Amino acid sequence: MDAIRFNTPEEKGKINSLATDILRNVRINTGFLLWMGFLFTLLAACLFAYLIQLRKGLGVTGLRDFTSWGMYIANFVFFVATSLCGMLISSVLGLIGYKWVKPISRIAEIIAIAFAAVAGLVIISDMGRPDRLPYVFMFGRVQSPILWDVTVVTTYFVLSLLLWFFPMIPDLAIAKDRLEGRPKFLVKAYEILSFRWMHHEVQYRLLGQAVRILLILIIPTAFAIHTVTSWLFAVTPRVGWDSTIFGPYFISGAFVSGTAAVIIAMYFFRVNYRLGKYLNAETFERMGRVMVLVGIVYFYFNLNEFLVPGYKLKTGDAIHLRELFTGHYAAMFWGIQILGLIVPIILLLFKQIRRPLPMLIISLFVLVGSWFKRYIIVVPGQAHPNLPIQNVPVEWVVYKPTLIETAVTVASIVLVLIIITILAKLFPVVPIWEMAEEESEKDKITQ
Amino acid sequence: MSREKKEEGNRSNDLDRVIENSRRDFLRKVTLAGAVTVTGGAAIYSGHRFEKAKHREGYVKVLTEDNRLVEIPVEQMRDFKPDLKMLQSRGREGIPGRRWVMVIDLSKCRNARKCVEACQSAHHLRPYEYHINTLVMKESVNTPAYFMPKPCQHCDNPPCVSVCPVDATFKRQDGVVLIDNERCIGCRFCMAACPYSARIFHWQEPTQHEADSDKEYDVELNIPQKKGTITKCLFSADRLREGMLPYCVSACPNGVFYFGDENEDAVTNGTTKMTVRLSELLENNGGYRLMPELGTQPRVYYLPPKNRIFEFEEGEKREYKEEKA
Repeated sequence: MDAIRFNTPEEKGKINSLATDILRNVRINTGFLLWMGFLFTLLAACLFAYLIQLRKGLGVTGLRDFTSWGMYIANFVFFVATSLCGMLISSVLGLIGYKWVKPISRIAEIIAIAFAAVAGLVIISDMGRPDRLPYVFMFGRVQSPILWDVTVVTTYFVLSLLLWFFPMIPDLAIAKDRLEGRPKFLVKAYEILSFRWMHHEVQYRLLGQAVRILLILIIPTAFAIHTVTSWLFAVTPRVGWDSTIFGPYFISGAFVSGTAAVIIAMYFFRVNYRLGKYLNAETFERMGRVMVLVGIVYFYFNLNEFLVPGYKLKTGDAIHLRELFTGHYAAMFWGIQILGLIVPIILLLFKQIRRPLPMLIISLFVLVGSWFKRYIIVVPGQAHPNLPIQNVPVEWVVYKPTLIETAVTVASIVLVLIIITILAKLFPVVPIWEMAEEESEKDKITQ
Repeated sequence: MSREKKEEGNRSNDLDRVIENSRRDFLRKVTLAGAVTVTGGAAIYSGHRFEKAKHREGYVKVLTEDNRLVEIPVEQMRDFKPDLKMLQSRGREGIPGRRWVMVIDLSKCRNARKCVEACQSAHHLRPYEYHINTLVMKESVNTPAYFMPKPCQHCDNPPCVSVCPVDATFKRQDGVVLIDNERCIGCRFCMAACPYSARIFHWQEPTQHEADSDKEYDVELNIPQKKGTITKCLFSADRLREGMLPYCVSACPNGVFYFGDENEDAVTNGTTKMTVRLSELLENNGGYRLMPELGTQPRVYYLPPKNRIFEFEEGEKREYKEEKA
């Protein structure tokens, strides 16, 4: 047990070739700088829109007294949902013992971190008095689901960050001597963050235990963040929100959008980072199957959510569902359900479709559909309160997002991309040591 | 003969009695005069002393909050203006012993909208910003249309209070639900939770924010109103503190509103100023509350729109234009 891992020449060779492949992308090159320049310019432009909102008030958005939660809240729900992919890939599939998730688990964690971190900021952009944010901690009331949400989203963010960082410590130790030509600060950061990792077996055993605890802890936390997010709606007696299955409905939807996000990221890294050897066709094939599974579960919840009230047609539900099925939101609703869910499930049943490029296209549809699905969940129900909307200006009756609102939402998406870019460009996106172990095991089996 | 003697005897007896009476009377009068002199003198003397004491140079007598009479030097006298801390603590506590309740008689409402106007002018709101709004209601094709003034229902089980993350909206002991816009973070969860659409949000600067900016914030009046926070019907808590009826109740020309105290089982009509028993009013007129199935337990009761003595006329459609910031 006292041994040092990766000590044999054979293993060292494996580490070497893996490190060469994976660390090739850890660099600050012109492409990276241009991309970051673009993102930050866009961010600055969008933050200007937020400044206008701060000065003039939330009236610059399309929100008014009746539809008082709109694009911001829909975007928040989407972010929380997508961040759940970290838990699904690393924990659920990892703990079951699927080895094929190893090369993509870090990508999933990066996405989880980025979306969970920005979700908190999105909520702030929806606040009428963001300067009073500290009040939530100073005067917080535990009865309010907002408090639960703040608590679990923060916890989930921290757990995801640790789950990204802990398994990366050995990689940092491997990489720190292989960073010739990279900026000094990066080399220094690797040295500090690798905590003088010796590749000692005891270290690996402790690391394994720590990661396992995190993997288990993150499952209830992830369920909590999205269940509580669904309760922000389900605890109110409103048409379209007053549902008992909102928790599992949201969770299953989160798995769909999270899986789509991971597939898109996988494709990007496969092509741009030339990591096709690790993010290979087989991994895509398996992710395609995961997508079919979570898609079917989500479809099942959709059926419950719309068919049951649609059968009874209680007064409020009837108005709401008519708007969705044949009214103002019909195009969006059927677009999401058919192009964003049903068609993708059917297509992915075929093995020929479960290849990288078709899956990228399908996942883009699914992800965009997921965003609009949140919009459909949040917005339309509010236009039909129990008592009629009367004696108000016309623009108060139907909600239309404004340019400023859209720009602030774009800012949040840009921020997610910035975080993902930084994490994926300055640190290895595929775990080196875990892949080396994986290959050694395969060798043993073939021998 | 014997009869005459008897009469004579009686007469002398009467004379004795008269003499006796006048002596007693005299003594009584003297005593009384003495007593009056003594007490009067004492009164004058003490009055004199009091006057002397009152005129003690440079001092003034003041009754304190806990009912003690004290003297303070005149130069230390200050005009009292309740500060934010006091307004907040009394505003959050409410008026002990009271359970305010409102009854709205739909058979009387003719959509005069005086309640709306009085409320908006008292709370500095725009014409389309409502603490109370009169709605045209029609439950189904064959049931009649009627007007329904709709203030906050001041629920005893308020969904808005449950969801507030920072205790900005709260339920007082006298039944009133208020919003503290010094605390509100503008998350609008309470608006989402309210089934009566009773809450409104300041999407832009409130209409009189410049004139109000130096006023001390009174949570019972919710002035100054603040951008980015919620505002709502307060049952005119500031008027209740002064023993007056809410703005909307006294403004109604048609006798629609009754307001009072459930503990006293008495409500007063804002137009006729007649006070009636709450329980009898509800019993005799089939009183009900809005959406009882939600379990919110409103403190506002409605009397059904029956036996109306006027035709239902919707009148001209009013146009509301949003003020642009």
